[in-house]
Amino acid sequence: MSSKSLAISCEGVTKTYPGKPPVKAVQGVDLQIQRGECFGVLGPNGAGKTTTIEILEGLLPPTAGSVHILGMDWRTHEADIRQRIGVSLQETQLSDRLSVAETLSLFRSFYNDGLTLNESLQQVSLTDKASAWVKNLSGGQKQRLSVACAVVGNPDLLFLDEPTTGLDPSSRRQIWDIVRSFREQEKTVMITTHYMEEAERLCDRVAIFDQGRVIALGTPNELIASLGAEHVIEFTVNDDPSRPLPYDWLQELPTVEQVDIHHGEIRMTAGESHTVLGPLFEQLDRRGLALTSLTTRHASLEDVFVQLTGRQLNEAARKSTTTEAPTMEAL
Amino acid sequence: MTKSKSNRLSPLWSLTLARLREFYRKPEAVFWVYFFPILMVVALGVAFRNKPIEQITVDVEDSPQSANWIRALELDSRVLVSSFDSTTCRKRLRTGQSDLYITPGEELGSVSYVFDPTRPGSIVAKDLANRLIQSAAGRTDPVAVNIQEFAEPGSRYIDFLIPGLLGMGLMGGGLWGVGFAVVDMRIRKLLKRFLATPMKKSHFLVGIMTSRLFFMVPEIILLIVFSWLFFDVRVYGNWFAIVFLVLLGAVEFSGIGLLVASRARTLESVSGLMNLVMLPMWTLSGIFFSYDRFPEAVQPVIKLLPLTPLIDALRKVMLEGVTLAMLVPELLIMSCWAAACFVVALKIFRWTD
Repeated sequence: MSSKSLAISCEGVTKTYPGKPPVKAVQGVDLQIQRGECFGVLGPNGAGKTTTIEILEGLLPPTAGSVHILGMDWRTHEADIRQRIGVSLQETQLSDRLSVAETLSLFRSFYNDGLTLNESLQQVSLTDKASAWVKNLSGGQKQRLSVACAVVGNPDLLFLDEPTTGLDPSSRRQIWDIVRSFREQEKTVMITTHYMEEAERLCDRVAIFDQGRVIALGTPNELIASLGAEHVIEFTVNDDPSRPLPYDWLQELPTVEQVDIHHGEIRMTAGESHTVLGPLFEQLDRRGLALTSLTTRHASLEDVFVQLTGRQLNEAARKSTTTEAPTMEAL
Repeated sequence: MTKSKSNRLSPLWSLTLARLREFYRKPEAVFWVYFFPILMVVALGVAFRNKPIEQITVDVEDSPQSANWIRALELDSRVLVSSFDSTTCRKRLRTGQSDLYITPGEELGSVSYVFDPTRPGSIVAKDLANRLIQSAAGRTDPVAVNIQEFAEPGSRYIDFLIPGLLGMGLMGGGLWGVGFAVVDMRIRKLLKRFLATPMKKSHFLVGIMTSRLFFMVPEIILLIVFSWLFFDVRVYGNWFAIVFLVLLGAVEFSGIGLLVASRARTLESVSGLMNLVMLPMWTLSGIFFSYDRFPEAVQPVIKLLPLTPLIDALRKVMLEGVTLAMLVPELLIMSCWAAACFVVALKIFRWTD
């Protein structure tokens, strides 16, 4: 495939920060992203997601490797690339004392072509906030404005670095809607997130990052299918933590693929949850154990990450997937 | 989605407008830029207003002849005479409570003056006292004199001070205004955000400088009008020349402000740098007193500092009515500073962290 038809193509991208010892933030990343694709970059904090996306955005020079954006090289076509991409950074604080409309028309002025003020306000549902100062916006509204500043130049390729971090569920949903409507125009989006289920819902393909490398790449369904078992059963029992019982027998239950025990919490992946649960209750009963908690759910990208690294994604992300799961399910 | 080219402002104008709006929407910034210089003019104008010498304090050491001299001195109503022993007289002179003390001599018809030659008041007191004593003793002036008092605007300290304060305002406004705004935007990662757009870097820097011009012109006009109304400070030269100098000064110091802020990552480091840059000019460039008082050897260096030519040129235009054509060296030095700082700032500017 020629790099012309790709929105993003990078090979062997490496970023090492000098120091003692040197910090290897990104260690050889290859990505090929099709035009029209919504591509998710996932991973825990510190996995190298932001460094990678900033290299692709031309804000950081890579230590090694090559990057092509819309078939062009940053070193020779910076101005052309800038006209055709939109960027939302992780932690930009826009000017407090400018209104939403003033901020957008400032950003609009940098692009040769782009949306009208009303179009961009409509895209992020901020029309009724047009004359409000930025400092009087809520966190979700600020984040939408930040995304609006990225789409105001009507880009072919949109980079969003953790656009939903720290937002409440309804603000996150609004950001998702913006991304989806952008997708409907056959444009390319690259989004980083540490919410696995966000990537599952939004992205055509995802790359899971850990410690500066891509450890898995594919569609969310492919990655989940690679677990070999689509159901996850998590439970805890009332055993004595000082004398943990052997749990080898769990592995023998029908369709169970994998068993992990983490701080007394038992997590199994299985092909079918209903065929596991009956025998599980029976066995627990026979051993005089009672369940103190039980959840069953479909496997997620989170489980892919756990399987690949043996670690939870991170405390924050984990909490949000469990607490917010019902809300997301309702969507 | 429709594409539109019509709805777009020029990026340079948009950047300038954004800076102007941010400035005028911060009441505290407006106060410091517009009212602080006026407060300063009031304070200094009142403190240093020229008044005729009203009172001269002369002590006469106790002695049998004192009474004669005291009578002679009291003929002039400005002289306040007192009499003390020699220790007290010396102490009063040393602590500035008196301007002069007089010791009647051993023999009749002789007198000695003790005064401080570094204090203008003391010198005046010595000469006045001497004249009074000599004429009381019978000296006559061979030449008839006719005295006129002169206090025309233009010759007073306040007239000297106002151009200095204008220059200081342009320097402070340019450095603080630009320096803080730039570092604040860097901390907020707004510079990095701009870098991610097709914005031209030079547009951003020029926009900041242009917005300074819009802030400074009203400030300077306010200051000149205020000092005209309250201190009768006049502008002898051309108003166009003043506006031109103010604009050039604003460009020059916003360029220096950009350079000072081009790398700094924190507000502390940028304010330290700005003080370092401004300190030599506060003391050397002749804001409050003429730099002629510094040694001959450093004069050429002083004249090359960014602030000196601005204040010199403003003084010449305001006080002497000099035209711009005669200020080419000053204009040249200022333009060089502005251009050099802008170019270097653009080159070394830190956009990302």
